[in-house]
Amino acid sequence: MSGPNTQYDPVEVAALDPEAIEQAVTDALAAIAAATTLEDLKTVRLAHQGEKSPLALANREIGALPPSAKAEAGKRVGQARGRVGQALKERQAALETERDERILVEEAVDVTVRVPRRPLGARHPISLVSERVEDIFVSMGWEIAEGPELEAEWLNFDALNIGADHPARQEQDTFFVEPAGSGLVLRTHTSPVQVRTMLEHEPPIYVLCPGKVFRTDDLDATHTPVFHQFEGLVVDEGITMAHLKGTLDAFVQRLFGDGIETRLRPNYFPFTEPSAEIDCRCWVCGGSGVLDGQSCRTCGGTGWIELGGSGMVNQRVLRAAGVDTDRYSGFAFGLGIERSLMLRHNVGDMHDIVEGDVRFSQQFGMEI
Amino acid sequence: MYAPVSWLRELTDVPADATGADVAATLVRVGLEEEGLHGGDIQGPLVVGRVLTVEPEPQKNGKTINWCTVDVGQHGQMLTEGKPQEIVCGAHNFGPGDLVVVVLPGGVLPGGFEISARKTYGHVSNGMICSAAELGLGEDHSGIIVLGELLGPEAAAGLKPGDDAIELLGLADEVVEVNVTPDRGYCFSMRGIAREYALSSGAAYRDPADPAALPVDAPGEGGYAVHLTDEAPVDGRAGCDRYIARVVRGVDTTATSPQWMQKRLTQVGMRPISLAVDVTNYVMMLLGQPLHAFDLDTLSGSVGTRRARAGEKLTTLDDVERALDPEDLLIVDGADTPLAIAGVMGGATSEVGESTTNVLIEAAHFDQVSVARSARRHRLSTEASRRFERGVDPDVTAAAAQLAVDLLVEHGGGTADPAYTDVDHRPARQPFDFDVTLPTRYVGLDYPREEVLATLRAIGCEVGEGEGNVVSVLPASWRPDLTDGPELVEEVARVRGYDQIPSVLPQPKSAGRGLTHGQRIRRVVATTLAQQGLSEVLSYPFVGAGLFDKLGYASDDPRRAVVTLSNPLSDEAPLMRTSVLDTLLETLRRNVSRGQRDVAVFEMGLVTDGTGGPRTAPVPGVAGRPDDATFEALYAAVPPQPRHVAYAAAGDAERGGPWGPARPVDTGDAVAWALTVGRAVGLDLQVAPAERAPWHPGRCAVITLADGTVVGYAGELHPKVVAALELPARTVAGELDVDVLVAATGTPVDAVALSTYPVAHTDVALVVDEAVTAAQVEEALRAGAGDDLENVLLFDTYRGDQVGEGRKSLAYRLTFRANDRTLTTDEVSALRDRAVAEAASRTGAVQR
Ligand SMILES: [Zn+2]
Repeated sequence: MSGPNTQYDPVEVAALDPEAIEQAVTDALAAIAAATTLEDLKTVRLAHQGEKSPLALANREIGALPPSAKAEAGKRVGQARGRVGQALKERQAALETERDERILVEEAVDVTVRVPRRPLGARHPISLVSERVEDIFVSMGWEIAEGPELEAEWLNFDALNIGADHPARQEQDTFFVEPAGSGLVLRTHTSPVQVRTMLEHEPPIYVLCPGKVFRTDDLDATHTPVFHQFEGLVVDEGITMAHLKGTLDAFVQRLFGDGIETRLRPNYFPFTEPSAEIDCRCWVCGGSGVLDGQSCRTCGGTGWIELGGSGMVNQRVLRAAGVDTDRYSGFAFGLGIERSLMLRHNVGDMHDIVEGDVRFSQQFGMEI
Repeated sequence: MYAPVSWLRELTDVPADATGADVAATLVRVGLEEEGLHGGDIQGPLVVGRVLTVEPEPQKNGKTINWCTVDVGQHGQMLTEGKPQEIVCGAHNFGPGDLVVVVLPGGVLPGGFEISARKTYGHVSNGMICSAAELGLGEDHSGIIVLGELLGPEAAAGLKPGDDAIELLGLADEVVEVNVTPDRGYCFSMRGIAREYALSSGAAYRDPADPAALPVDAPGEGGYAVHLTDEAPVDGRAGCDRYIARVVRGVDTTATSPQWMQKRLTQVGMRPISLAVDVTNYVMMLLGQPLHAFDLDTLSGSVGTRRARAGEKLTTLDDVERALDPEDLLIVDGADTPLAIAGVMGGATSEVGESTTNVLIEAAHFDQVSVARSARRHRLSTEASRRFERGVDPDVTAAAAQLAVDLLVEHGGGTADPAYTDVDHRPARQPFDFDVTLPTRYVGLDYPREEVLATLRAIGCEVGEGEGNVVSVLPASWRPDLTDGPELVEEVARVRGYDQIPSVLPQPKSAGRGLTHGQRIRRVVATTLAQQGLSEVLSYPFVGAGLFDKLGYASDDPRRAVVTLSNPLSDEAPLMRTSVLDTLLETLRRNVSRGQRDVAVFEMGLVTDGTGGPRTAPVPGVAGRPDDATFEALYAAVPPQPRHVAYAAAGDAERGGPWGPARPVDTGDAVAWALTVGRAVGLDLQVAPAERAPWHPGRCAVITLADGTVVGYAGELHPKVVAALELPARTVAGELDVDVLVAATGTPVDAVALSTYPVAHTDVALVVDEAVTAAQVEEALRAGAGDDLENVLLFDTYRGDQVGEGRKSLAYRLTFRANDRTLTTDEVSALRDRAVAEAASRTGAVQR
C-alpha cells in the first residue's frame, strides 16, 4: 500500500484510464482462457494479478487521485480486479479438475491381471459337510462326541450286540490289529463312540458322532476303504421311533432342502431293534423319479435315495453300556458323509474325494 | 434270494395282474429289500428249432463258424418263404437233428438285445441259436442249449419245431431278487418269502410243509442207524439237536430231473446237476432246510456226528483237502470216517455219483454258531451254511426229508425204506412275557391290543390267554430271532407299516453346550491354514515299513513304534502312520505329478502312538456294564491317538506376474504358518532351531509353547528325504500337535488396557555370532526394555566385512509406549540402552 502521493504526476495517472483498465481486463481474461495447464495459469496469475500487473499498478495509483475521483476509480479498478480474480479462480478449478481426471485416467491399470498373488487355500468338502452336519445337530441342542479310530473290538462289536459269531460281524470287512487276538480293530463305524458316551455319561444323551471309519473294501467309483460317517444317538425317557423320524426329517430338510422328507423301511441291524433303513425323497426330481423325460439319475428313477440305517437302540446294547432299560429308551442312526457329499454336490467319482487332489478341495472354498 | 413270481403264486395268492415290481413293493414294505428284477424281458419269436444241416466254415480270424439250416416250423415258413431258417452259429456243441432254441428276427433278448436278420461272415443270418446265458438262464456261455440234454430225452421227444420256447423254459416268469437280512433266515426259502408276502398283503398263505399238503411218514424202529455225539459243544449247546436219516434204494441217479424242477432251480440261480443234487436243492429252496445226499454204499453201517480231532483232514466236494479243527462238527459213518463238515459241505468220498443207486438223505438241525464258525474257519460260505448260521426251522426237518424221498421215488424210480431214524433232541422253545403296550410306547403310534395280538399270531407266535397287558408269547419255530419285547415291537410296527409312524422332533430337556473348546479350536486351526493358502486334503493313514528309513528316522526314533494291521489293504502299507506327514507328503507328490507346480496342502487327522508296545484289549461279557477294572483296561488298551495337523508345500508361495517376480516358498513360510495358527488360537508360540528328521538340520524350527512344551516342528525337508520321496526340491513342511494347542488354550484372554499416548520408535543394530538366533536377541531385548516396550521388529539382517567373519548384524525397530504418559526422548533412550545391555549380557550382542 502506497502512502499519499504528494508529488502528483498526471502522466502516470493514465493507468487509471477506464479504457486502459478495460484493456487490462480483456488481456487478462484472454490470457487466462489461453492457459491450458496449471503451470501456464501460474504465469498468467503473476502477469495479471501480481504486483507488477497493470491492474495492481492502477490500484496503486488510486491513492494519488483527488478525493473526488478516488471513489469512482477505486470502484472501477476493484471491479476489474474482481473479474480477473474470478476468472483465475474458475480457470484454476477447471484445470485442477482436468488434471485430476487426467491423473485418474493415466493411473488406470488392467484390473484383470490382479489375480491373488498368494492364492486362498480351501477346506476339504468332507470336513465342511461334517461341520455343517455338526452345526445342524448342535442347533437342535445336541453335542458332538468323538473317539479313537483304532478301537477296542468289544466297543466296536460285542457291546453293539455283534457277538463273535454274528453273521454281521463277518460282513463288516474289518481291519484287525496285530497280534492276532489283540482285541483291537480299526473301527468299522462310529458306533463305539456311542457306547463310550453311554459308558461315560448318564442319560439324557443327545450326541452326534462324526468321524473316520474303515472297511476292507477296494477303492472304486462309489466305495473307499477309509470313509466318514456321522451317527446320532439319543437316550432319554420316553424316546420313540416317532422321535427318530422327526429328527431325520428335520435333518434332511436342513441339509438337503425344505420339504424333503424321509421314509423308514424295515431292515436289520444288530444294534437296533426295531431297525429301519432311511430313505429320503429325491430332491432332484422331487420324488417323481423322472427328470426331463428321463429316469432320474440321482435316485435311479425310484424317487427315493437311500441314506443309511437307524432304529431304536437294542436293549442289549443299552444294558452292555449300563443304561437302565426300564427307565430309558433311545434311537440311533448312521449316515455316510461321502455319500451325502456325492449326492448334494453331484460328485461322480469317489477317487476325487480321497486322492487329495487340491483341485477337488478348491472347488468348494471355505463353507459348503 | 430269488423268488420267481410263478412259484410264489403256488404258495400265496398273488393277484393275477401283479407284476414283479408289485411283488417287490409288497415285500419291501415288510423289510425284504429289492435287489433286482429278472426275467420277463424276453420277446418272441423264441421257438424250438430242429437243426437240419451244419456246415463248418473256417474263417480268416482262425474261428470256425457253422452255417446252419434249422426247421422252425411255421415261423420259418412265414419269414423265409418256405425255406428252412438259415442261421450262422459260433457254437459247436450240437449237430443235425438236435432240438435247439432259436430267436427269430423281431425278438428281443434280456438287456434289450434286439434280433434282426443281419449279414455276417458272408451270409444273411436269420436269427440266433441261443445259449443259456443269452436267455438269462445262468452263466453258462459254453455252448448253445440242446433241449435233449437240458430237458431229458423224454421231455424233448414231445417237442416239435416252432413250439414256443418262452413258455417251455419259463422265460415269461419274472423273478424278484430280495436281500435277506441276517435275522430272517427263514426267508432263504420260498416258504418264508411267501409267508412275508402274505403278511404284507393280507393274502392267503399255503404252507408247503403243512402235513395236509405234505403227509410225513412216522419214524420207526429199524431205520438206518444214527449216532449223535458232541465232545465240544459250543457254549454248551449240542452241535446237532435233530438228525433224520432216510434211505431210498434203487434210484436211477442218472435220470434227468423233471423239467419243472430244472426251471425252478434255474430261476433261483442254481444250476441243475443231477437228480439227487437237484432234489436236495429244490427242497432247500422251497422249505429252507439244507439236505445232504450220501451214496449209501460208501457208508459203513451208520451215520452220526462228532467233533473233529486234531490233525484230521477231509477232502470236501470242491476237491480241497481241509485241515479240520477240533471245533468242527463232522458227519461220520459207522467206521468213524469223516463224511462231511456238518451243515457246511460234504466230502468227496461219499458223494452221490453216476454209479450210485442207494441214497441216504440227511435232514438235520445244526447249531447256528457251530456252523458259522466252521464256515468262517474254512472260508466256505455255502447255501447250507448261510441258512444254518442264520437259523433253520427245526420243525421242518421231517417234512423236508419226506419231500426229498418222495421226489427221488417219483423221478428216480427208487423205493424208500419203510422205517427211518429221527434223533430228536430239540430243547423245548421257551415262551417269554410281553407287554402289549410296548409297541405303542416304543414306536409312538397307537397299536390297540387286538392289533398287537393279531400280528403276533399272524407271524406264527403262540400267544397265551389272559386279559392283562402282559401276555406269554412263544415265537414260531422258524423265528429264533424273536427273543425279547423290542423284537416283537418291530413285527407289530412293520406289519402296520413304518410309513404310519409320525414325525416328532424330540426336545432335549436341557440345552446343549455347543461345540467343545477342542472342536472349536480345530476348526480355527484348519480355517487359518486354508486362509494362509493351504488346501485341506485327506489321505489313508496307512504306511509301509520302508518309509521311516526314507524319512531319515534314527533307529530308536519313537515314531518307528507302530501299530500293525494283520490284514492291510496292501502288504506295502500295513502300518498305521505315526505322523500325518507320513501320508501327506505322498499326497503332495501326487499333486505335483498331476501338474500342480505350486502346491500347499494340509491335513488334520489322528496318528497312532505305538510306543506302548502291543496291547490286548479285554472282551468282557455284554449282560451289563463292565466292572470298573475291566472298563479301565478296555480304555487303556487302546493306543493313544493324538490329533495332528501337518502341512507341506512346494513351488512358489507368491505367484509371479506383471506385478513382479514370484517368491518361492521357504522355511520362513513353514514357520510362519505355525506361528499364525498359534496366534489364531491366541497363543504366542516360540521358535528355536532344532535338528529333527525329516527336516533339513539347518532349516528346522521347533515350535513350543511359552513353557517349553513342544507343539511341533516346521522347516525345509532334508534334501535326502526330498530325493527319497521324489518331492520337488526345497519342499517345506510342518507338523503340529493339535491336542497340545487345545490343552494350552481355553482360559479366557485377559485384555490389556490400550494406551493412547504417542508411540516412540528407535532402531538398534546388534552384532552377534551366527549361532545366536533372532529369537534369542528379541527375547533379551524384550526382557531388558520392560513393560513399556510395545513391539520389536527385526527389519534387516546384514553379514559382511563390516561385522566380521561368523558374525551378523540384526537391525531391530523398537516401539515404546507407556500407558500413563508420553515417554520423553531421554526415557526412550534409557529404555533402549537397557534393552541393548540385556541383549549384550545374554547373547554377547555389540551395538553397531
Ligand atoms: Zn430323483
